[in-house]
Amino acid sequence: MRKELEKYFRANRLPHIWCPGCGHGIITGALMRAIDNLKLDKKNICIVSGIGCSSRAPGYLDFYTLHTTHGRGLAFATGIKFAKPDLKVIVVTGDGDCTAIGGNHFIHACRRNIDITTIVFNNNIYGMTSGQYSPMTPKGAYATTAPYGNIDRNFDLCKLADAAGATYVARSTVYHVPQLIKLMEKAIDHKGFSMVEVADICPTYFGRKNKLGSPVKMMEVLRDSAISIKAAEKLSKEELVGKIITGEFHNEIAPEYTEEYEKTIEKAQGGC
Amino acid sequence: MSKAKLMQGNEACVEGAIAAGMRFFAGYPITPSTEIAELSAENLPKVGGKFIQMEDEIASMGAVIGASLTGLKAMTATSGPGFSLKQENIGFASLNEVPCVVVNVQRGGPSTGLPTLPAQGEVMQARWGTHGDHPIIVISPSSVKETYEFAIRAFNLSEKYRVPCILLMDEVIAHMRERVELPDPSEIEIVNRKKPDASIEKYNPCEDYDGDGIPPMASFGDGIPFHVTGLIHDKTGFPSTKPEVTQNLIDRLMGKIENNLEDIIDYEEVLTEDAETVIVTFGSVARSALRAINLLREEGIKVGMIRLKTIWPFPEKVIQETSQRAKNIIVPEMNYGQLIDVVKAAADSKCNIVGLNKYVGELITPEEVMAKVKEVINRA
Repeated sequence: MRKELEKYFRANRLPHIWCPGCGHGIITGALMRAIDNLKLDKKNICIVSGIGCSSRAPGYLDFYTLHTTHGRGLAFATGIKFAKPDLKVIVVTGDGDCTAIGGNHFIHACRRNIDITTIVFNNNIYGMTSGQYSPMTPKGAYATTAPYGNIDRNFDLCKLADAAGATYVARSTVYHVPQLIKLMEKAIDHKGFSMVEVADICPTYFGRKNKLGSPVKMMEVLRDSAISIKAAEKLSKEELVGKIITGEFHNEIAPEYTEEYEKTIEKAQGGC
Repeated sequence: MSKAKLMQGNEACVEGAIAAGMRFFAGYPITPSTEIAELSAENLPKVGGKFIQMEDEIASMGAVIGASLTGLKAMTATSGPGFSLKQENIGFASLNEVPCVVVNVQRGGPSTGLPTLPAQGEVMQARWGTHGDHPIIVISPSSVKETYEFAIRAFNLSEKYRVPCILLMDEVIAHMRERVELPDPSEIEIVNRKKPDASIEKYNPCEDYDGDGIPPMASFGDGIPFHVTGLIHDKTGFPSTKPEVTQNLIDRLMGKIENNLEDIIDYEEVLTEDAETVIVTFGSVARSALRAINLLREEGIKVGMIRLKTIWPFPEKVIQETSQRAKNIIVPEMNYGQLIDVVKAAADSKCNIVGLNKYVGELITPEEVMAKVKEVINRA
């Protein structure tokens, strides 16, 4: 580990529980690099998660950390941020945690535009429970609960976040780490609700079940299927099948929830 | 100086909560508790507090826990279906010793049931609604004034023992209006959670530093990083699956209640000394019971009442002692029979214990209590 990053980790809680080849460590490392690059005070940062493999990340990180109930990270985080707006609040969540059981909290956090950054570790599978399909599992893929192939259509999470009102929306992959760090920095720095979806790999459950080969092979697939927003614009719908569009999808400044409530307090105290 | 006010039960709940120091409320609309959210929305910002209407009941409970972890006194309010939805996160608060108040205004159930009508169907759910062994405190008011007082007491107990406190109301108390003498703020006893000593070098969030089973609680933002997890954890707050760690944690959590029964348990005894028949009751039904007792006494019938203010932990001792004296115990409740099982378990086997159960969305009347008392006496 790079010396300057050590202070962000609880060394006595390592090694982590993630499988060899898992992309979660890359995302966690990228997040710490983004925080380090932004020179944020770690005593002003709260990291919240739900349940699942990725939600175990906060336990390894030396901040105020909260490992909540399944899908509810954003609900707890909303309470924290609203009660104490000075805190920088970051939610780490998986694709099942965020988009299935936590889907309602996700769209409403987007809608409120509360100043929380959400990092979605999207490995297209429920890893902790050993490989069931999630709302992010591609159609046709196999999972223990889709032994004949998944017939569910998957979310486009960036489109969902955008439509729900998130004011910063981006996507990268665990292969494109410099880009990922940059997007995370912008998301954390953004005033309002920000979401970075990270295309991640689960070699143990998604990879094996779908015969995708070694973790290295899966990383190569990410490398080869990632395409920028600009390049994607030139491709047809058919040509985009299997591509992962990366970059910044949305970035706007809009009234932020906790600041708006400060005005409510002023109204309540000043008027009638 | 105290001031008198005509108030609704739900209104008294909010007034009491704010007087106790509530500065955060997260909720979701549901009958018959909605006025608690509405009045919190109106009154909290006036004192610099925060109100948020969340997307659902589950999120409301989560937000309350998050806010409490930053140090604010936080509350949510709901009714039957919403109380069911909150249960998982109530368990999280109980395991992680996050002070919070959950108001459940009971209405007819099960399911959507009788949304606008009263019931007392959550005696057991209030105690055991969330999964696993866990501590919880449940208190239940019988008047609007008591609702004000119990809202304060709910916060005080919750802060003192770092345990969720359920304020178990019912639709009658919630929507009834009564004259309430509000105490002068200086006369209100306020309890705040124990904070860690600033000189602690390494803060263990779950360490019993004082030997009373209640760890001091830091807040997110205080400058001391710490971890909170819904997994079983050791004194450092980090997960463990070791049997001895689990045993120590659960024993300590349960001990916070079991070792402080005298402080937590509260009840009122009315004319029990010479009573041959004692009515054990709580909430709005106690009002009908009191009326019945007064009328029966005029007829020379020796009847009294134990009105439970604390339901959980259950006041076993007074029930046991009373059952050794009285011939009959009658347990009127607006459900199919919940409290009666706990009364039976605590009582002497020689005592005749009879239920009076009404689960049709109507309050048990004084006449019905009187009829039951006479029926029991005549049968004996």
